[in-house]
Amino acid sequence: MRKPGIDQQRLIATFILGGVLFNYPILSLFNTSSSLLGIPVLYVYVFLAWGFVIGLVAWIAERPR
Amino acid sequence: MLQGWVIVLTSFAYLCLLFAIAFYGDRRADRGRSIIANPYIYSLSLAVYATAWTFYGSVGRAAADGIGFLPIYLGPTLMAVLWWMCLRKIIRISKVNRITSLADFVASRYGKSALLAGLVTVIAVLGILPYISLQLKAISNSFTILVQYPAIEMPDKQRSVAVLQDTAFYVAMILAGFTIAFGTRELDAAERHEGMVAAVAFESLVKLLAFVAVGAFVTFGMFDGLADLFTRARADPRIEPLMTPFDDFSNYASWTWLTVLSMLAIMFLPRQFQLAVIENVDEKHLRTAVWLFPLYMLAINVFVIPIAFGGLLSFPKGGVDADTFVLTLPMAEQHTALALLAFVGGLSAATGMVIVETIALSTMVCNDLVMPALLRSRRLRLNERQDLSSLLLDIRRWAIVVIIMLGYLYFRLAGEAYALVSIGLISFAAVAQFGPAILGGIYWKGGTRAGALAGLSAGFVIWAYTLLLPAFARSQWLPQSLLTEGPFGIALLKPLELFGLAGLDQITHAMIWSMLFNIGLYIGVSLTSRQSVVEHGQATLFVDVFTKTREPSSFWRGTASTRELRILVGRFLGPERAQEQFAALARERSLRSLEDLPGDAECVHFAERLLAGAVGASSARVLIASVVEEEPLGIEEVMNILDETSHVIAYSHQLEEKSRELEAATTGLRAANERLTELDRMKDDFISTVSHELRTPLTSIRALSEILHDNPDLDRAQRVRFLGIVIKESERLTRLINQVLDLAKIESGKAQWHNSELDLRDIIDDALAATRGLFEEKNVALATQLAADVPRLVGDRDRLMQVMLNLISNAVKFCAPDSGRVRVSMHRQGDCVQVDVGDNGIGISAENQRIVFEKFRQVGDTLTDRPQGTGLGLPICRQIINHFGGRLWVESRLGEGSTFSFTLPLDPRASDDKLAA
Repeated sequence: MRKPGIDQQRLIATFILGGVLFNYPILSLFNTSSSLLGIPVLYVYVFLAWGFVIGLVAWIAERPR
Repeated sequence: MLQGWVIVLTSFAYLCLLFAIAFYGDRRADRGRSIIANPYIYSLSLAVYATAWTFYGSVGRAAADGIGFLPIYLGPTLMAVLWWMCLRKIIRISKVNRITSLADFVASRYGKSALLAGLVTVIAVLGILPYISLQLKAISNSFTILVQYPAIEMPDKQRSVAVLQDTAFYVAMILAGFTIAFGTRELDAAERHEGMVAAVAFESLVKLLAFVAVGAFVTFGMFDGLADLFTRARADPRIEPLMTPFDDFSNYASWTWLTVLSMLAIMFLPRQFQLAVIENVDEKHLRTAVWLFPLYMLAINVFVIPIAFGGLLSFPKGGVDADTFVLTLPMAEQHTALALLAFVGGLSAATGMVIVETIALSTMVCNDLVMPALLRSRRLRLNERQDLSSLLLDIRRWAIVVIIMLGYLYFRLAGEAYALVSIGLISFAAVAQFGPAILGGIYWKGGTRAGALAGLSAGFVIWAYTLLLPAFARSQWLPQSLLTEGPFGIALLKPLELFGLAGLDQITHAMIWSMLFNIGLYIGVSLTSRQSVVEHGQATLFVDVFTKTREPSSFWRGTASTRELRILVGRFLGPERAQEQFAALARERSLRSLEDLPGDAECVHFAERLLAGAVGASSARVLIASVVEEEPLGIEEVMNILDETSHVIAYSHQLEEKSRELEAATTGLRAANERLTELDRMKDDFISTVSHELRTPLTSIRALSEILHDNPDLDRAQRVRFLGIVIKESERLTRLINQVLDLAKIESGKAQWHNSELDLRDIIDDALAATRGLFEEKNVALATQLAADVPRLVGDRDRLMQVMLNLISNAVKFCAPDSGRVRVSMHRQGDCVQVDVGDNGIGISAENQRIVFEKFRQVGDTLTDRPQGTGLGLPICRQIINHFGGRLWVESRLGEGSTFSFTLPLDPRASDDKLAA
């Protein structure tokens, strides 16, 4: 983490983003019986959001220095 | 088809493989070529978080309420985002302070308190027991089920078997044996177990592989992919509601609380702390762990819901515990190898947890509970023992056995009433109680020992009351009425609806109350209690660990003999190791031999840190205290500290004083510089004036001489007149030069003074006689009034004559012809004699009275009026009078004449002093 200041800010922002994505009310938007490619949207959403947060953290933490 | 002995053999083979990996890891570590020093092994080892709970329990939870199992993994993902800040800080603090366990960490932060270390240990052990029982239950159940293969029969919950016929008991014994083999083969000063980490990382791979294999088999083997599985699940009325699990707001509340709970658990579970902090090789590994560990969680959870739904669809009649789907689905499909793989995966998940957890707990029990007690109560006997390292290992071995057996006891008492996840959550809620004390401790210097004690105790009591007590009540070990009516019929104290808070699930309810009291008391008591000196120092060390690079300061004020310290450390680390370490210290301080090493505070602190590595900070403190006569921080000490402080203040005052002096000196120098510049300017002015004054007579002399030279036939009268002017001008030139030289001599103090006793009257008479011609020439009247009683005084006759002549001739010069009057008087004025020379001439204006005494300044417009003197007479007079200690001044009014007066002191001593000077 070359510039600790900016990286820490990015991580904290990612944390807040994750906190919002995995909580009410965003979560309630997907609490429906519809499905995507046969898979319930709630599951699709949670796993995609999860993967997105992990990708974001990986990008922040492992950027070439 | 699948005999019991095959399963047992497979299990043992697997455990032996683990042991081999651990053995290899230790060997490599001993040779300094660590196999765990890379970020991927580190991240995989953190995946010890995924236990039998994840492997079996998640599916069970998912079969009951859909996605509700996920917060347990989303929480760690969110926490991992913050690891680079907070976990890195904890790692750094632990490295700097040689922390060996969670209890050690908390105790160190709050002033190396043995009481706190003990409390943390008790909470950790009691809190983790349900979790260990969960693993035992999972292993014994999966074994019991697999043995029935190909039949699928659930273990009979109601059946009570004797301990010796209980699979779980043997599982516990075997696990205890392996844990002892893994964790207590030798004593490591830093409590690091490289081999164990390598084995755990390997286990993480195995359980992931097994779980994904089962998941893929269910999804793609038993069903036609995810879409097919979910479509069929949607058609099932039991499963359909699980796709939209949030049916009221309390679901969101418990979702959020589970997330928070698991965020705290991933940090403060003893095994997570052990692997993430104590076993951490390099802080930089966190960079990979922050995304790889969550990715692992994601990977192992992808197939949880498919397996759960697949299980519900495959066993429509029920009768199969959802917690066992991972195992029973391959069994139902007659897939022997996969069933065995699933069993090994579950075994892997459970053993990894039990081994690391009990090693971490046994370290805590030994260092923070048993040793401090032994050292205190039987100190004398312990101190006599030469090598305590074997005692330490024995304590740990017993601790491992006791902890696992307690876990088994919990399983027997309360394990059957709950599903796997519910059992695990009880443990999560227990370790979450460490959150305020630790997170507060690393970011807030104000947290005190009393605050941590109060918060932890309150949180623990509420945890036990709201979670542990109901667990026993539900298992019929306590009366059911406790839950339904409250203790003694007090409804407000019902453990599941404490203070009337109803409508929440058990975990949310317990977390709300325990955290409220824990955080509230931690902050409240911290703000109303005071820190000791040691606490304050430790708080600063912890909170400012990134800003303070120096070694932790020692609070030992005493000294000890190096030999005693070495023997003490040798008892715990082995004599050779101790010898090595102290020799290294001696080398570091460039001493020739160990014997030269002084037993000063630094050496004592070094020994303390070595011991802390072996037995924890609080035990080390007790041990060191036994050989170091520590001088308590008494009044004298405090006075010394105050003294130092006041010295510092004094120094600072002195510095201020110096700086003020420097400023004054600077001001002085600046003034001196200005004066010098002014003098320089005056000198330049003087030279230019002198050259001007010299040029004027020279020019006229030269002009007249040239006229005389060029006109030899000039008539005589003209020639005589010109020659007269030449002579007069030459005289003036001579006079001028003489006076300039004279003035220069007087001013530089090089003038010759011929002092003798003289009568001023004679001088005045002589001067008047010498200037009689002037008076007669201008027809000026003279009046003298010389007092007769003036004593003789000492002075230079010629110089005083010069003054008188100058004043008298000036007076005559400025009088009008014929009507002019000059008055010369002399009288005694106190200690002085005063001489006045007055005239009734043109007078001097007030502003000119000052400048007449300046060099070359003649009153009147020098450009139009022909100068009547050199402009040096009065300055010279003033210099002469000043030399004799007198004063020369003028009183005048324009048009009414002026009076020049001077005084000379009569006191011979005063004049002698002056003369001597």
